[in-house]
Amino acid sequence: MADYLDEMDHLADDADPTVGDLEIQNFTINFGPQHPAAHGVLRMVMELDGEIVERVDPHIGLLHRGTEKLIEHKTYLQALPYFDRLDYCSPLAMEYSYVLAIEKLLDLEVPLRGQYLRVLFAELTRICNHMLNLGAHVMDVGAMTPNIWVFEIREQCLEFFERASGARMHSAWFRPGGVHQDVPLKLLTDIADWLDEFPTLFEDAMSLVVGNRIFKQRNVNIATVSKDDAVRWGFSGPVLRGSGVAWDLRKSQPYDVYDRMEFDVPVGTSGDCYDRFMVRVEEVRQSARIMRQCLNEMPDGPVASTDRKIVPPKRAEMKQSMEALIHHFKLYTEGFHVPAGEVYVATESPKGEFGVYLVSDGTNKPYRCKIRPTAFSHLQAMDFMTKGHMLPDATAILGAIDIVFGECDR
Amino acid sequence: MAHSAPAISSNTGVAAKLGKAIGSALLETIEAYGEISFTVERSKLATVLDKLRDKHEYQQLVEIAGVDYPDRPERFEVCYHLLSLTRNHRIRVKVSTDEDMPVPSVTHIWEVAGWLEREVFDMYGVLFDGNTDLRRILTDYGFQGHPFRKDFPLTGYVEMRYSEEAKRVVYEPVKLAQDFRSFDFMSPWEGADYILPGDEKVGGVAPPPTPKTTEKKNDTGAGAKADKKAAKPSKRKTAAAKKPAPKRTKSGTQKKGEGK
Repeated sequence: MADYLDEMDHLADDADPTVGDLEIQNFTINFGPQHPAAHGVLRMVMELDGEIVERVDPHIGLLHRGTEKLIEHKTYLQALPYFDRLDYCSPLAMEYSYVLAIEKLLDLEVPLRGQYLRVLFAELTRICNHMLNLGAHVMDVGAMTPNIWVFEIREQCLEFFERASGARMHSAWFRPGGVHQDVPLKLLTDIADWLDEFPTLFEDAMSLVVGNRIFKQRNVNIATVSKDDAVRWGFSGPVLRGSGVAWDLRKSQPYDVYDRMEFDVPVGTSGDCYDRFMVRVEEVRQSARIMRQCLNEMPDGPVASTDRKIVPPKRAEMKQSMEALIHHFKLYTEGFHVPAGEVYVATESPKGEFGVYLVSDGTNKPYRCKIRPTAFSHLQAMDFMTKGHMLPDATAILGAIDIVFGECDR
Repeated sequence: MAHSAPAISSNTGVAAKLGKAIGSALLETIEAYGEISFTVERSKLATVLDKLRDKHEYQQLVEIAGVDYPDRPERFEVCYHLLSLTRNHRIRVKVSTDEDMPVPSVTHIWEVAGWLEREVFDMYGVLFDGNTDLRRILTDYGFQGHPFRKDFPLTGYVEMRYSEEAKRVVYEPVKLAQDFRSFDFMSPWEGADYILPGDEKVGGVAPPPTPKTTEKKNDTGAGAKADKKAAKPSKRKTAAAKKPAPKRTKSGTQKKGEGK
């Protein structure tokens, strides 16, 4: 021991440096591709100086399935289920942009009940998505209980999807011209009951974390993004609002019946992970508010357009009418033709602006369908947001930007 | 306006005003479906976008989309979607290019362009001049080719599996158990690009190859060898022909108990 202390005391030349003078090389680690906090298959090459992150290089594309190419080889209706598989945590919000893009090209009117149903279920999707994200975020920073509680709410949302469309996740329920099938009245009353019930559990779960000291230590002032940076990095949705930009496509560029809805757009003040989290918490409350309005105002009537050149007839009608049978056959083999042109339609998905750039050449298949994922721009800023933070903060930052790789990699 | 897609603020006068601002770089303005798109000269793209951001409040670059039109002399189109948060308006700026001519990068205007350009490069092979990090992004490590080009097959060229012998993942040329099915949905009365049988008499163009028929017994459709075999009279078949067919009632074959 004496030798060792002696060494530390006075030997400091280049050939034999002391501990403090040693030149340490940065340490490079792989975060992922299989990491529970990576929210999917993400490989991040991280350069660490001790525990401080110096550089992050996210490698994405591990879930790339060539969705856009596949869509070019399918008819417009066959391409729809691919959208469920993009962001599999909020499937109906993905379909929304696509059906609106087709409707814009066709200039197709959707009956009012169809519009209300779409808004109702889009907001249910938002709650469902935020339940997963908020739960996963608190678990990423170390809390276990709230996640299990909010998963129960998520399960109830999925049951509603199942009752409306027959599928828990991959619903394929929004169709060009409206929705596939009407919902039973009991489902709507059950949703209304649930809207009164679930806030209790949700608020209980949130009360465990929002004021919690450890949770705040892990999130406040982590990855602060200014307004200007958020705009230049192409942020959208809760991440943009967390930075204090009051921008919500449901408000500023309303689609369907969002212009009739009354809701508030929460914004953050400092643009850190805590603000992004709190924006989502408030959005859940606002979504519930929109859903109540939908249920109160929803009129009776058809749920999909009655234009038989685009929307197939119901089965009962086909038993009686030859024309309906022909329409059904034509629509499920050839599909409908969409006039040539190009549109870009973006909606406010739970994760941000989800856009579809649809180029049609007048045939029954899209010529090009470019999907604008939300996670792409958020994840790109990972390097800029994580720089200078500790390694465990990376999971908090990743949780707060809410990525799902189905959508990021397409 | 019948559809219920997102409504942006009014387009009136915007195309003319921005067209004037873009000036000589402007090649074409299209206003359709309530959306404005400008086609600009490739070399002046960066200055145009810079001007649109700083002078005309299009703060956000939302998306860069590549589109492939193989028939055009410059086959690729790169579309920049801009969003104005203050004016609540969207526009599209396009440039065209081919495999070799680089498009000026806009990473110095918007940081977000970095990955968006990488994606267009990966999928279409469009080069971006000034992007310092033009690596592939979505495809596999070591991938060859640009998958979203129209001449790239949907099935790709290689497939991958885990080999138990080699104890690792191996890549092999793609083998399909069934041919890729591409259905022709075009109605023959509405612009099919092939000649219908009989039409060659009018146009004087060669008829399409004779289709396979299986009308005769020795047309098996399974090659000359099988046809020859089928042409031979078979003993079993004649024997079977003598046997009387089972009696059928209205409701199907006769049941055993019914006769009693």
